[in-house]
Amino acid sequence: MNAGFNLGPVDQIPFGEGRAFGVDGEQVAVFRLRDGSLRALSAVCPHKGGPIADGTIDQDLVLCPLHQNAFSLDTGCSTTGAEPLTSYDVQMDNHQNIILRTAAR
Amino acid sequence: MTAVTDKTQPTSQHKGQHNAQHRLPGPVPASKGKRPPGTRDARRRLVVIGNGMAGARAVEEILARGGAEQFTITMFGDEPYGNYNRIMLSHVLSGEESDADIFLNSLHWYQDNNITLHAGVRVERIDRFTKYVFANNGHVVPYDVLIIATGSQSFMPPMDGLYTPSGSIKPGVFTFRTIDDTRNMVKHAQDEGHPSDRRRRAVVIGGGLLGLEAARGLQSHGIDVDVVHSGGHLMNAQMGPDGGAILRRSVEALGIRVHTGSRTTAVLGTDKVTGVRLRDRPDIDCDMVVVAAGIRPNVDVAVLSGLHVERAIVVDDQLRVVDEDDIYAVGECVQHRGEVYGLVAPLWEQAVVLANHVTGADSAAAYLGSRIATKLKVAGVEVASMGLQGPERETDEHIVFSEPSRGVFKSIVIRDNKMVGATLLGDSRKVAYLTQAFDKGLPLPEERIALMFDLGGPGEEQGVAELNDDAQVCNCNGVSKKSLVDAVKGGCNTVAGAMDATRAGKGCGSCKLLVKQVVEWAADGDVAEDPAASYYVPGVPLDKASLMAAIRKQGLRSVSSVFAALAPGSAEDAKSKMGLASLMKMMLADQYIDERDARFINDRVHANIQRDGTFSVVPQMKGGVTSVQQLRRIADVAEKHNIPLIKLTGGQRIDLLGVPKEDLPQVWADLDMPSGYAYGKSFRTVKTCVGKDFCRYGTGDSTRLGIDIESRFQGIEAPAKLKLAVSGCPRNCAESLVKDVGVVAVEGGRWEIYVGGAAGAHIRKGDLLATVDDPEEVKVLTGRFMQYYRENANWLERTYSFVPRVGIDHIRAVVVDDAEGLADGLDAAMQASVDSYMDPWTERDDPLTPGQFRTSLPLTVLPQVPVR
Ligand code: SRM
Ligand SMILES: Cc1cc2nc3c(=O)[nH]c(=O)nc-3n(C[C@H](O)[C@H](O)[C@H](O)COP(=O)(O)OP(=O)(O)OC[C@H]3O[C@@H](n4cnc5c(N)ncnc54)[C@H](O)[C@@H]3O)c2cc1C
Ligand code: SF4
Ligand code: FES
Repeated sequence: MNAGFNLGPVDQIPFGEGRAFGVDGEQVAVFRLRDGSLRALSAVCPHKGGPIADGTIDQDLVLCPLHQNAFSLDTGCSTTGAEPLTSYDVQMDNHQNIILRTAAR
Repeated sequence: MTAVTDKTQPTSQHKGQHNAQHRLPGPVPASKGKRPPGTRDARRRLVVIGNGMAGARAVEEILARGGAEQFTITMFGDEPYGNYNRIMLSHVLSGEESDADIFLNSLHWYQDNNITLHAGVRVERIDRFTKYVFANNGHVVPYDVLIIATGSQSFMPPMDGLYTPSGSIKPGVFTFRTIDDTRNMVKHAQDEGHPSDRRRRAVVIGGGLLGLEAARGLQSHGIDVDVVHSGGHLMNAQMGPDGGAILRRSVEALGIRVHTGSRTTAVLGTDKVTGVRLRDRPDIDCDMVVVAAGIRPNVDVAVLSGLHVERAIVVDDQLRVVDEDDIYAVGECVQHRGEVYGLVAPLWEQAVVLANHVTGADSAAAYLGSRIATKLKVAGVEVASMGLQGPERETDEHIVFSEPSRGVFKSIVIRDNKMVGATLLGDSRKVAYLTQAFDKGLPLPEERIALMFDLGGPGEEQGVAELNDDAQVCNCNGVSKKSLVDAVKGGCNTVAGAMDATRAGKGCGSCKLLVKQVVEWAADGDVAEDPAASYYVPGVPLDKASLMAAIRKQGLRSVSSVFAALAPGSAEDAKSKMGLASLMKMMLADQYIDERDARFINDRVHANIQRDGTFSVVPQMKGGVTSVQQLRRIADVAEKHNIPLIKLTGGQRIDLLGVPKEDLPQVWADLDMPSGYAYGKSFRTVKTCVGKDFCRYGTGDSTRLGIDIESRFQGIEAPAKLKLAVSGCPRNCAESLVKDVGVVAVEGGRWEIYVGGAAGAHIRKGDLLATVDDPEEVKVLTGRFMQYYRENANWLERTYSFVPRVGIDHIRAVVVDDAEGLADGLDAAMQASVDSYMDPWTERDDPLTPGQFRTSLPLTVLPQVPVR
């Protein structure tokens, strides 16, 4: 597994929201949950290309803003029958930076 | 995609394409069996030729009967995709449905079920003695049991000029059978020529189901269409001449030209289509020809391999090919008891019998043929037909009702007091009952007209109760009343849930109303017992009144505190956030702690998200009144920002569509106009008419009052959106009777106030709340009504549902007569909300959260990080 990409400070992302990043040729939506932990999924909804980073989230799910398909923040699997999103390993380093690994889990 | 949507795609250079999600799965590598190498698989080898609707359905039925334990399964499909719903191709052609959405079994399904799929591979020959199939890519695969499901192809009637000298089909000529055919048509319709040139023209050869669907689909690309049909009337396979004549009227009313009793003799043009020649009429110029003149079963492989083929592959009642022990056939490629079918319903029945027999689940299962009752929506017209088209014997009774102006035609043929045929056009309400009468030979009512209309007899609901268990509700996917009822009993007590579980209503969609009635009937009581139905939002188990009381009692001020205090396990719930945010803003006005993540994206960025992730900007234009300065500014902004589409809305304002998120702040700054709230669950607009200053009929100053109302209530949150109107006289040019609150000036300087009107997904005339003398009084009652609605309506419940639920008499008592002493409180609460109004577009100067307007579009302009 690669060492990971540093996406910069975590406070680019408000609590409970997501932001999109282009990483290593991939489009990734990184979410910062209300408990402070991070999740990362591919940024394009498999249904009709909705921007996943604009979705509404809770501790478990993200809802795509276009037609409200729901995806697990942990696995990317859809609970509403859509194709899955890719889930990525994402962590915070000691300097509060977001570290993302693109090799899909 | 239609031409218009294309234009709304942003064109500036930083907008990359993001079409990955539309790309269809290509051929998949064969999935690996789960068994470790070396061990011998005791299962029989099942090979299926043809991965269309019948082949895939047969495999599903086999799997449902434990087939995975008995067989290893290999499928060959000539088309390079998974299995899709061919019926929906007409919707793909018209752009109503994207091609990615019509897949029935994704490639995952094949993998999950351990099916080896050779997609894009054609089987050329079967050796029935050594039991191998030979594919065109060199694969040779052994079978123990073989299923042939090769379907049909389009029939090319003989005519000159179909082919180029080199033998390929002339560019501009299309058939309509596969997803590739459909894509090619769409591409041709969109790419060639320029919209500003003369209108483009297509000729469709064939006026049956397929031809009419093709014609309608092409029309939606702005193409002029002629249909040439050799029969004497349209859809002559389904109906007689009288019905055909009415269908023709309906089709022509759509702007499609129809030429019946005529034949195309040649396609004109040397290297591409320039027109067609008709036998007995002048040539028609066109740049596109679609051949939809019938289908022919795909029997080449069967013939080459020495199987018994007449019009199609001949099978017995177990769907076994005649004289073969291990070869079955199913779908459009089979001939059973002399019949070859061209619709899906029969092949569902065949697949069930085949699966029962092949797996041994029921070896006595027999297919005895299908009685064809079709119910379709053709080019937007409802068509149902079964059995005879007209009387054949002198003693046959024939009942006909015809209303050409509405496009309605009904014909029923009765023999010996049994129904032996029916055609219904334009109104298929009695279809379920008639189909059953036809299938079962039920005794008929003496008063024959009751077959065609409900004569104050049993209502719709009883109609559903009377249906037999095995009555087919969805003809496209072969779903019976019983399957739906079972799904409901099995726990799917929502219409959508039952539809998902059974696939009912997921074909042409014409049965959706009936599906809904059956589910509601079957769920009787169950739905009401579901406690969650009364929750204001799904994640907090309280109805609205208890929720509001708990919020007040505990002094909660933010959405996260509500979850923490009131949700089971203190769990947040994404689906509940928006509803709670709206409710708390309404209750607490400026005391509310506004957590941005609780908002839907629209409310985070104050604009409506579009299908491509851009946004629309609709500035406020009070009462639909504008000025030279405003118009000039809007024009300048649209020019400066390269706005892809400028559109007048149905709410009397101007919509700037296709604005990237990152440009929103600048667009608002340049506009320097307040938000029109076209994105929120909130007060939207007041539509007005000219009113008495200019209009020669006006009795009240509707424009003034409309502007005043909009100024007062701008941006107010509500459980659902609120749209108002003020008209200057009872001619009602502002359509006040179909608004959430509609005001009408009447003679004598008086104003009528209507509430609960609608003309969107539902149509309802508003109820008269009060008639008052003074515009000020209108404002007070409007505000008080809206506040009562805000405090008592369920989340997303429009006034058109709320008013009839609560009852206009009760609302009048509270709002007008103050029978419960609530008036002062309602007025004060509304005033607090009015006072806390702030134009959200001022956030442009000072974004509230980091990256509030940063793009989420999956584009290359995303913030890039260096790759290490
Ligand atoms: C822009 C506009 C169409 C237009 O170009 O004319 C429009 C556009 C949309 N309407 Fe509408 N509606 C527009 C007038 C209407 C009207 C006519 C009217 O207001 O007089 C109706 C019928 C009346 C009514 O409100 O019911 C209407 C009934 C709907 C409905 C059905 C609501 C219902 O419960 O019946 C929806 C769906 C919904 O809200 O859930 C909807 C939803 C939408 C959405 C927001 C789709 C969505 O969920 O994102 C569309 C947003 C496109 C955009 O961002 O521009 N729109 N929509 C109109 C904006 C008016 C304005 O100036 O604000
Ligand atoms: C535009 C359109 C609209 C329609 N609308 C309706 C409707 O509203 N209602 C209705 O009831 N019916 C409708 N139909 C008809 C319906 O789609 C067919 O009855 C149904 O698809 C037949 O299923 P099948 O499996 O027999 O054939 P198909 O679905 O055609 O499947 C056969 C498959 O086998 C493949 N194949 C053929 N030969 C070989 C070979 N040698 N090797 C490998 N693969 C091979 C083909 O490529 C094809 O994918 C419509 C059809 C079309 C084209
Ligand atoms: S939601 Fe409204 S604007 Fe959008 S397509 Fe439907 S009718 Fe048109
Ligand atoms: S695009 Fe995501 S749900 Fe439709």
